[in-house]
Amino acid sequence: MKIHEYQARELLAKIGIPVPPAQIVESAVAAGQAFAANGFPVQVVKAQVFAGGRGKAGFVKLVQSAPEAQAAAEFMLSHRMVSPQTGPEGIAVKKLLIAAAVDIAHEYYVGLALDRAKATASVIACGQGGVEIETVARERPAAIIREPLHPLLGLQGFQARKVAIELGFSGKHVNVFADILLNLARFFLQHDCSLVEINPLVCTKEGRILAIDAKVNFDDNALFRHPHLAALKDDSQTDPLEIRAAAANLNYIKLDGEIACLVNGAGLAMATMDVIQLHGGRPANFLDVGGGVTDEGAIEAFRIILSDENVRGVLVNIFGGIARCDRIAAALIQAGREVGFATPVVVRLEGTNVEKAREMLSAARHELPTLQIADDLNDAARKIVAAAGKSPSAAALTPAQ
Amino acid sequence: MAILVDKNTRVICQGITGGGGGAFHTRGCLDYGTRMVGGVSPGKGGTKDANGLEIFDTVEQAVRATGAEATMIFVPPPFAADAIGEAAAAGIRLIVAITEGIPVLDMVKTKSFLAGFAGKVVLIGPNCPGVISPGQCKIGIMPGYIHQPPAKGKKSVGIVSRSGTLTYEAVWQTTQLGWAQSTCVGIGGDPVAGLDFIDVLAMFQNDPQTDAMVMIGEIGGTAEERAADFIRKNVTKPVAGFVAGRTAPAGKRMGHAGAIISGGEGGAAGKIAALRAAGIHMADSPADIGRTLQKAARG
Repeated sequence: MKIHEYQARELLAKIGIPVPPAQIVESAVAAGQAFAANGFPVQVVKAQVFAGGRGKAGFVKLVQSAPEAQAAAEFMLSHRMVSPQTGPEGIAVKKLLIAAAVDIAHEYYVGLALDRAKATASVIACGQGGVEIETVARERPAAIIREPLHPLLGLQGFQARKVAIELGFSGKHVNVFADILLNLARFFLQHDCSLVEINPLVCTKEGRILAIDAKVNFDDNALFRHPHLAALKDDSQTDPLEIRAAAANLNYIKLDGEIACLVNGAGLAMATMDVIQLHGGRPANFLDVGGGVTDEGAIEAFRIILSDENVRGVLVNIFGGIARCDRIAAALIQAGREVGFATPVVVRLEGTNVEKAREMLSAARHELPTLQIADDLNDAARKIVAAAGKSPSAAALTPAQ
Repeated sequence: MAILVDKNTRVICQGITGGGGGAFHTRGCLDYGTRMVGGVSPGKGGTKDANGLEIFDTVEQAVRATGAEATMIFVPPPFAADAIGEAAAAGIRLIVAITEGIPVLDMVKTKSFLAGFAGKVVLIGPNCPGVISPGQCKIGIMPGYIHQPPAKGKKSVGIVSRSGTLTYEAVWQTTQLGWAQSTCVGIGGDPVAGLDFIDVLAMFQNDPQTDAMVMIGEIGGTAEERAADFIRKNVTKPVAGFVAGRTAPAGKRMGHAGAIISGGEGGAAGKIAALRAAGIHMADSPADIGRTLQKAARG
């Protein structure tokens, strides 16, 4: 689960990490008023969205007057932010953070994330902050400091001081930084975080260490033991179709292609997307319907993938192991009756009772004329790419729901 | 021969009475011929399950009474890491954790706990379909009938995979092409897990019954890159591979907790390139895994 920068800043401030005071506003007028109330000569307006690349997209702006603050806010609230991390449709901005700009002497990157190869969480730090850590990792890997946490003891004091020294802190700053890092590591473990990031952590010209930007993600699988975090969830940043799918226990991720897919199993679902592209199409989604395919599940799955306006065809790829193919075929036919297959649908089934399933699907073709049966996965991908090329999009075929 | 499990392996199920699939899949394993010898469900000790298997309150009691050496875990996510630790402490040598959704920091701690039993216990999973030595023993949720037991005149492939349904695809395709499988191991889709590709590939390399191997990876982490390095240095048998997720966008978790491209690592293209460079025959399409194995086996 992701949360906003302002929420992350509030959580970090609570555990004693120095964060400059900020205000949250939801309108341009309020932004101007906040600037005046803050009283600092230079302030920064930052869009609160679940995506990076804000600076380059023009959604982080230094302002020096109330009208400037209002104008910056007006722009951010009335445009969707598009960055390399958002996809072409961008992401809506509902909230803005306004804070005093600080006189920066030096910027650092400090974070914690899981180190999968070491099977433990690890500190990641860099003496150069405010930049994309991925870029530094790729171009100058030696500039990244990594310090793995002991799986049971967590981060220890000597480790935090070692990182401080490696980052170039000296004198009283060594202990000030080490305390910040120890607090951050404790927070990471106590809240089951998957990512905590301060970028940049700065040392001001007056010698204060401050967290200027903060990012916190939580492990979805551990949310059950942190009920208080549920209040921080903001669904407005997630695609509505993904939220609807989650409610139906379907694992769905919207992509920007034109061929939808409906698959059982996460690995096979990814592989199905790949095979669509291999045959010249572009996948419109990832969808894992899980092990058993029920009538209700199949109906809701089709409703969801067909509400994506770009969709021109659907590839159904099911390996019927424990769930038998004839059962799955019955669910698909029922879904076709309920939802109506206006776009081409190609079905590839393999596994238990596949012959019976193919007979059932063939028999249903007079009811579902856009339905085709494929021999194997390559054949299925070829058929759906060809059929979709001749078909208008779902937007042109289905009335808005 | 096979790796990890054979017809003599005595297996219990932890979470045998719960709604997490323990009861259903215990039946499936029994039907396949697995020597299921009991189950564990705290508070239900002394009763029997629908198959007449004895239920115990603790793994220790189950081991003492049945001589079980392996366990299949369906315990719900909040308690599953504890169940893994309990099995190790009770002297179980093979732990197969099917449960999906265990908090990752629970697995970090549990893996560290298991390090105290190094050489005595092996963990497969979590979030995996399990392990099967066809014709001998199935511990997990895979459909048994798609597998082909080794036989005279048939070549045998060992399969290791991070994905359940893609494993079934690979098994099905190799069976259709006349292969048998020595053992198939689903190592699971979580970021922190037990056996890694390398561990299983080393077992297949040393198993006289395994003639060739299939490894199936997916986006996230660097396990495939490390496996490529290991294969180049240590594996002499033919290997075919497939990596899922070439079309997956960065920063999105594709179903499995571990299937995410993040921090500039974990993309499919890099994994495929590393495996190719190590001499592994890579299938471009998941439909061609079987044919790619045949190509690899011909050399």
